[in-house]
Amino acid sequence: MSLISRRFAQLKARGKKALIPFITAGDPIPEITVDLMHDLVSAGADLIELGVPFSDPMADGPVIQRASERALEYHVSLRDVLEMVSLFRQLDAETPVILMGYLNPIEVMGYEHFADQAANAGVDGLLIVDIPPEEGEELQRIFKAKSIDQVFLVAPTSTPDRIQRICDVSGGFVYYVSVKGVTGASHLDLKSVEHKLAEIRSRTDLPVGVGFGIKDAQTAAAVSRLADAVVVGSALVSRVEALADEPEKIGASLREVISSMRQAMDKVD
Amino acid sequence: MAITENIIGALPDERGHFGPYGGLFVPEALMEPLEELRVAYKHYMGDENFLRELDEDLANYVGRPSPIYHARRWSEQLGGAQIYLKREDLNHTGAHKVNNTVGQALLARHMGKRRIIAETGAGQHGVASATVAARLGLECVVYMGAVDIVRQEANVYRMRLLGAEVRAVESGSKTLKDALNEAMRDWVTNVDNTFYIIGTVAGPHPYPAMVRDFQSIIGREARTQMPHQAGHQPDALVACVGGGSNAIGLFYPYLDDQGVAIYGVEAAGNGLETGQHAAPLCAGKPGVLHGNRTYLMEDADGQIIETHSISAGLDYPGVGPEHAWLKDSGRANYVAVTDDQALAAFHDLTRIEGIIPALESSHALAYASQLATTMRPDQIILVNLSGRGDKDMHTVAAREGIRL
Repeated sequence: MSLISRRFAQLKARGKKALIPFITAGDPIPEITVDLMHDLVSAGADLIELGVPFSDPMADGPVIQRASERALEYHVSLRDVLEMVSLFRQLDAETPVILMGYLNPIEVMGYEHFADQAANAGVDGLLIVDIPPEEGEELQRIFKAKSIDQVFLVAPTSTPDRIQRICDVSGGFVYYVSVKGVTGASHLDLKSVEHKLAEIRSRTDLPVGVGFGIKDAQTAAAVSRLADAVVVGSALVSRVEALADEPEKIGASLREVISSMRQAMDKVD
Repeated sequence: MAITENIIGALPDERGHFGPYGGLFVPEALMEPLEELRVAYKHYMGDENFLRELDEDLANYVGRPSPIYHARRWSEQLGGAQIYLKREDLNHTGAHKVNNTVGQALLARHMGKRRIIAETGAGQHGVASATVAARLGLECVVYMGAVDIVRQEANVYRMRLLGAEVRAVESGSKTLKDALNEAMRDWVTNVDNTFYIIGTVAGPHPYPAMVRDFQSIIGREARTQMPHQAGHQPDALVACVGGGSNAIGLFYPYLDDQGVAIYGVEAAGNGLETGQHAAPLCAGKPGVLHGNRTYLMEDADGQIIETHSISAGLDYPGVGPEHAWLKDSGRANYVAVTDDQALAAFHDLTRIEGIIPALESSHALAYASQLATTMRPDQIILVNLSGRGDKDMHTVAAREGIRL
């Protein structure tokens, strides 16, 4: 059983939902990323999604685009991100880490080589935004051989056939993109989320996470009533951005928002 | 790899692959809209009413067929092969771009989409999109890099006159590639009522095939015109390649004519050796960007790097996947010419033939003038004169220290 599956099983046994924060590796400076990951865990994160900076983040809104740009000023590469995961693993062997990013940096490194390095570093899952199941067969085989879970997205536009296909190939959990739009969009419609989650659950036993558009403790709590996991990205990254010139204050700020989400989610019965 | 079988009609496969290139590398949210587009496109390309409307628009609105012109004086002075020009510069809006926007806008209307979006670099595709949107009464939003907006002020004003909203893109390098990212983001958000008109043969399937099919009118006309006008088909075709839509439009109908040599000309900018260029086929390597696998300009970490060309229309770090395949297969040759060489050809054609070419097309002209001198006077080179140079007056003048 992968670390991700084990973590979801533990949470389920305790009647809790997973809180998954997203930050971009290297934002605003590479030196603090590993500390921030530990901060997130100490404040109540169950899994961590770590963004791999990319020059052309087509599916991301302005907040996460700018995070990539800040990290790229320090030339933070996929290799550097794997190094950060290794460092994180020295103190935390339990919290699953999922890399989120785009395909091209992986293409350049080579699929096999990347899978080797990622497994060695302690990466548990991968979410590659621009590779649908149809294009990813080779990658799926390689990651499977290394026991890395490949998480796929379901979108509001996904048809029942596509949802089935995605559920069949997804590992760890299925990630439902709750709004039509890019990361950081603001029009979360809980009714339609509920409807789509029922559709997904009828096709898989995998846990279902929901992300895009979750900005505060209240929305996190509301979504956690419906989903197995709540993913929070832009709400955290905009705090990182606001404190980009005072990086020593970022950890406390992220801990604060994650704690408030954790508390709100745990109050939900 | 030797090609023994016919190419036309064989590629791409159902999911848009040209060998290892092309494909569908997009976020899940776009998979269904792209499928809807693929199905609609396939349907309407077999629909007589649609095709009749398209033909009428191309004839009466665009002004097709575009003529072929024998550049006699220039050919004589070069002392080699005869250079013929396919005059896409004479189309409505001044470039080949409109062949594609007329087709896609018609498709948008038939699909019931009331809003169109487009990305633009030099502004030609943006103008061509705004033009057809005005004519069909569709809402139009054009994404343009903030840097390009400054470089191409006149085209921005043209688009606004035509009723389009031009949105400045401030992310990344603030040029064409970033405009494309932003248009994709808009599309993900507004898929229900929005049709995305991509201006070149790149992007996810079915765009590379669809844009090629709309632009192939260039080569189909040329194949009919050349025997009448010159007595035989050309020995060589030359076209500039940014994303590669004018080039594929000329090349595609000739791919099975093995006697016709094919040359795509990329922008070498300040020179390939300087790294300041926009020549992914000549000096890049395969990767994935903007929905397809193709040759890219990228660094060792897989980040897309900034390109340089005097011509905004060639200033793009990727290239259509069919060109990537044609390169690897050996059916087409890809070469590059520098800013200075393109400028020299710009002046030559202007002074010797009285035709002011676009800076993009000037790259093709520059290579054709080199190629001509290696060929006999009874041989023919057909150059795609993809656009006119009016839009480039400021760039050329500034380069020579003149303020207009």
